[in-house]
Amino acid sequence: MGGYGDVQMIDENGLRMDGRKPGDVRPITIETGVVPVADGSCRMVWGTNEAIVAVYGPMEAHPRKIQRQDRAVIDVAYNMAPFSTTDRIRPGFNRRSREISKVTKDALESVVLLELYPRSKIRVSIEIISAEAGTRCVGLTAASVALADAGIPMTDMVVSVASGKVNDVVVCDLNKEEDNYGEADLPMGILPNTGELVFLQMDGDLSPDEFKQAWDYNVDAAMQVHKLMVEALKGGAN
Amino acid sequence: MNSRPVGQLDNMSNESNADGPRNSRRSPVVVPGEDLGPSEGVEAGHGVLVVGDRVKSTKQGRMNRKGNTISVSPLHTKYMPRPGDLVIGHIEGCTNNIWFVDIGAPFNSILPMSLGPSKVEFGGTRKVLDIGDSILCRVQEVEETHQSVVTMKGMGLRKIRSGALDELDPHLLGHLIGKGGSFLRAMKMETDCRIVVTDNGRLWIDGDLENILEVRKRIENISSDARIVGVGA
Repeated sequence: MGGYGDVQMIDENGLRMDGRKPGDVRPITIETGVVPVADGSCRMVWGTNEAIVAVYGPMEAHPRKIQRQDRAVIDVAYNMAPFSTTDRIRPGFNRRSREISKVTKDALESVVLLELYPRSKIRVSIEIISAEAGTRCVGLTAASVALADAGIPMTDMVVSVASGKVNDVVVCDLNKEEDNYGEADLPMGILPNTGELVFLQMDGDLSPDEFKQAWDYNVDAAMQVHKLMVEALKGGAN
Repeated sequence: MNSRPVGQLDNMSNESNADGPRNSRRSPVVVPGEDLGPSEGVEAGHGVLVVGDRVKSTKQGRMNRKGNTISVSPLHTKYMPRPGDLVIGHIEGCTNNIWFVDIGAPFNSILPMSLGPSKVEFGGTRKVLDIGDSILCRVQEVEETHQSVVTMKGMGLRKIRSGALDELDPHLLGHLIGKGGSFLRAMKMETDCRIVVTDNGRLWIDGDLENILEVRKRIENISSDARIVGVGA
């Protein structure tokens, strides 16, 4: 941990390898309605990450044993396409995709008004087309937009951003090199209207001050991303 | 594909875009979690929630204020059955005396043998309506648990054997039908098609193939226009 050979990932001017300042977010593009057959969908390009999310439902929950009498269930399937990275990924679910599906489901369950649709199911399919770093954040954020696009009632939209530590400097929105060879990674899911936290994971070590800095970066970035999500959903409707 | 890029970091603009000038007369579009103002003296209608002393939207849609009631007309909706609704359903399964019908709602409906299209012997449900068949039926009752029962006892309720089926978001039906049914009537006259519009957004179009295709094209236009300009209910 902590090095990328002899390459410095932060230069003497405090800029990162891709020219960003420590608090900068990669360029983001959001589209809605990209899957015509789905009830709601979203395509999000975040740096070189690209995710397509389709939402179906609420629908009858099958098999019946997964039905809950007092609320709907969310079925999240996160999957990385075999061609999404430079090394081919074996198709199908693996331990990592199951974990990300679960944390995404938990985060979304805290905002969707599930009690309005007892015994039903909302299916969220997250397909990562291109992966660089932070695909769980892209998937969760795009899923929020797709759910809103599908007309699913929610108290707020989840925005997920990750910060981390590279060469002892806290940076926001890690790219692939920073993610692979950095010292820490802190993805968070934030509700921008209330500031509540619905998802947090941490990999590596951060001092309390560094954690605070990473937290602040994530909250600032979440506000920027939320602005784009709102623009995408309002689109040409105004 | 009815998508278009709508948000990029450095080219955000509130000015007119390629779709033409934005229509400021329409009520504003809101998104889930958006603050709609203080809750004091305000009644919360559809699609909004009172959180503390603020009113917040829970859906993407157009905000309406009628008197002291604030509501949100969603841009996308799922059909929720109500007793008396005329619907088109697809048979999804059956037992000896019940059919399970997909009516496009979050929950499947049941069609008991006693409310079927004709006299059915116990165990003979598949001989009358098989899985995959489409039916024109009416919602008889909706329970508190959202379980609904449909019936085929009534004038015009039948198994659909000809023509084509199409779908439209339920909240766009008003745009298809028009004021006093004028738009739908004109479409029927122009295309010489029989068009049955049901409450769950499904349509049965019967006529010549060319005319059916023309109707489907017009319906597709309504749907895509709604996507672009965000037509509300």
